[in-house]
Amino acid sequence: MRIFHALSLLAVSVAMIVFAGCNKSSSSTNADGNIIKIGEFASLTGSEATFGQSSHKGTQLAVDNLNAGSGLLGKKIQLLTEDDQSQAGQSATVVRKLISSDGVVAVLGEVASSRSLEAAPICQQAGVPMISPASTNPRVTQVGDYIFRVCFIDPFQGTVMANFARKTLKLNDAAVLSDVKSDYSMGLAKFFKEGFAAAGGKIIADENYSGGDKDFNAQLTAIKAANPDGIFVPGYYTEVGLIALQAKQLGINCPIFGGDGWESSSLVPIGGKALEGDYFSTHYSPQDTSPAVQNFVKEYRAKYNETPDAMAALGYDSAMILADAIKHVGTTDGAKVRDALAATKNFPGVTGNITIDPNRDASKPAVILTITNGQFKYVETVSP
Amino acid sequence: MIEFLQQLINGLAFGSILALIALGYTMVYGILRFINFAHGDVFMLGAFSGFYLAPKIAMILPLPSVAGGILVSIVSMAICAAIGVLIERLAYRPLRHQPKLTMLITAIGVSLFLEYTSQFIFGAAPKKFPEILPAFPLAKIGGLNLNSNQIVVFVVTVLLLIVLRFIILKTRIGTAMRAVSFNPQAAALMGVNTDIVISFTFALGSALAAAAGILWAINYPAIDPLMGILPGLKAFVAAVLGGIGNLPGAALGGLIIGVTETLVSGYISSTYRDAIAFAVLILILLVKPSGLLGRKEIEKV
Repeated sequence: MRIFHALSLLAVSVAMIVFAGCNKSSSSTNADGNIIKIGEFASLTGSEATFGQSSHKGTQLAVDNLNAGSGLLGKKIQLLTEDDQSQAGQSATVVRKLISSDGVVAVLGEVASSRSLEAAPICQQAGVPMISPASTNPRVTQVGDYIFRVCFIDPFQGTVMANFARKTLKLNDAAVLSDVKSDYSMGLAKFFKEGFAAAGGKIIADENYSGGDKDFNAQLTAIKAANPDGIFVPGYYTEVGLIALQAKQLGINCPIFGGDGWESSSLVPIGGKALEGDYFSTHYSPQDTSPAVQNFVKEYRAKYNETPDAMAALGYDSAMILADAIKHVGTTDGAKVRDALAATKNFPGVTGNITIDPNRDASKPAVILTITNGQFKYVETVSP
Repeated sequence: MIEFLQQLINGLAFGSILALIALGYTMVYGILRFINFAHGDVFMLGAFSGFYLAPKIAMILPLPSVAGGILVSIVSMAICAAIGVLIERLAYRPLRHQPKLTMLITAIGVSLFLEYTSQFIFGAAPKKFPEILPAFPLAKIGGLNLNSNQIVVFVVTVLLLIVLRFIILKTRIGTAMRAVSFNPQAAALMGVNTDIVISFTFALGSALAAAAGILWAINYPAIDPLMGILPGLKAFVAAVLGGIGNLPGAALGGLIIGVTETLVSGYISSTYRDAIAFAVLILILLVKPSGLLGRKEIEKV
């Protein structure tokens, strides 16, 4: 038996050495003058994994396209990607690593506002421009003048959904179910409530859950007792799928609607038929017939064999707008790139024309989609 | 009134699953006087076994069906029983005569090992658990909604509790378990093979965790490798609340935690849910330190 123990100990140590060895292979080309390093942090694993996977694939496609051309300032771009595991605390760690040990000239990421908010002060302090592809909470870019985004913000998204609920769906009484752990969810809920009240509607139930919860029966039962015409759920897709399922089981049949946190290929597999006829707002639709969108969809399909969602399109745009700014000033100096980013006007992105406003946010239209037969279907576009 | 009854049903269904996990905690504690913190992760492995078994079993029996669902559950329980025995054999047995603290720390290590190895193998993204049991809404009495899955959870928990009582009180191995629980040395001197008894306890506890994992996944069909942490913690609290080492106590504790959390979420705010549930725990332990059904232990000097 002693031999058995010694052998298992040996096996474990060998495995640890092998794993440790794998980590250190990509960061050895430090003093190479022919490479521009761009950092990216994304939730490649964890509860919001499809967000990070999509935005990463979009960003990678943009970098590959640029490198296939003349590169940037005659140099090749190297994209260094770090996974924050969808966990609080991780993004600060990985962004610090990207800046201090990899020496990236700019940082792209994240989708979730809470994690962008963690990384933003670090980029601001280091004077490294950061572009979030899809964080919609207004506070993200308020961190400082080095922080940008290529998507619309929640005051706009919340108002769009409030008007849609009031005017198109003709709801009088709405309930709200939001995630107290998420800056995105709480912010969007607040702007929806304000917009819905301003449009003459009434919020008759306001319930909370904590991200990671699986049981929503208690909150949904309370909502059912209030008998609303519709439920606004500004959450992320895993919880949204379970909420829709449990709502149907409790016999709640009014429409459920939400924001761009729903946009994921995992939403329908989890929620299934319970999501039929529900609505959400997002940044773009692959069914848009404009040449920019169709071209992007074609390239993305050729590379990954799947249809790009909004996070992929925004990831692509975030890399392209950064490359445009660097090209403009002819240097990777943080302060100059920052100024060029701030001056971006009518940049033709996949998700529409991007103009960076004085708050470093992008002013862009929102798209409303519905779920029919398990597919996302385009409903309408709302301009700011 | 209807709303209150509905919340009560929600709470009982949620509490039944916690009760099932708590049974495993309390049984291992009863025999070894040690908290197996990896129990919540065996619960997770039970759900994942079901996830990977369902497509295989669908080739023999159509899914969702009652027979198919039972077969998936039984095979998952068998797999987890084997994992439980393996964990005890590799991680805990070499430490049995060391201080209890060593085993406790090892249990935390085993728990992290299972969580992150699973994340490596299964991937971290949540997976949709397939429908293995036909689900249908049952009675709709005056706006009250009851679905078959909630009933299944409750009935299975009660059935397993009865089976467990029978095993422990009426069978030879159960008698041996009780003997080891009273005094391992004396039991060994009387010819009880303590190794086998302890292995059997782990097998039984892990099978219960697997059953809970499957029931959880049927009700909340998004599973991921870290899904066992929170239910595991709450079930541990339930076991302490009911009196750790006491089987009906664990079940009662699970139901109390489930109903309290649901009522707090429904009527006060889900933000305070855990805070109030734990305040209840502290209050009960202040009044009755050994738990609701726990017996006072006299330390022999």
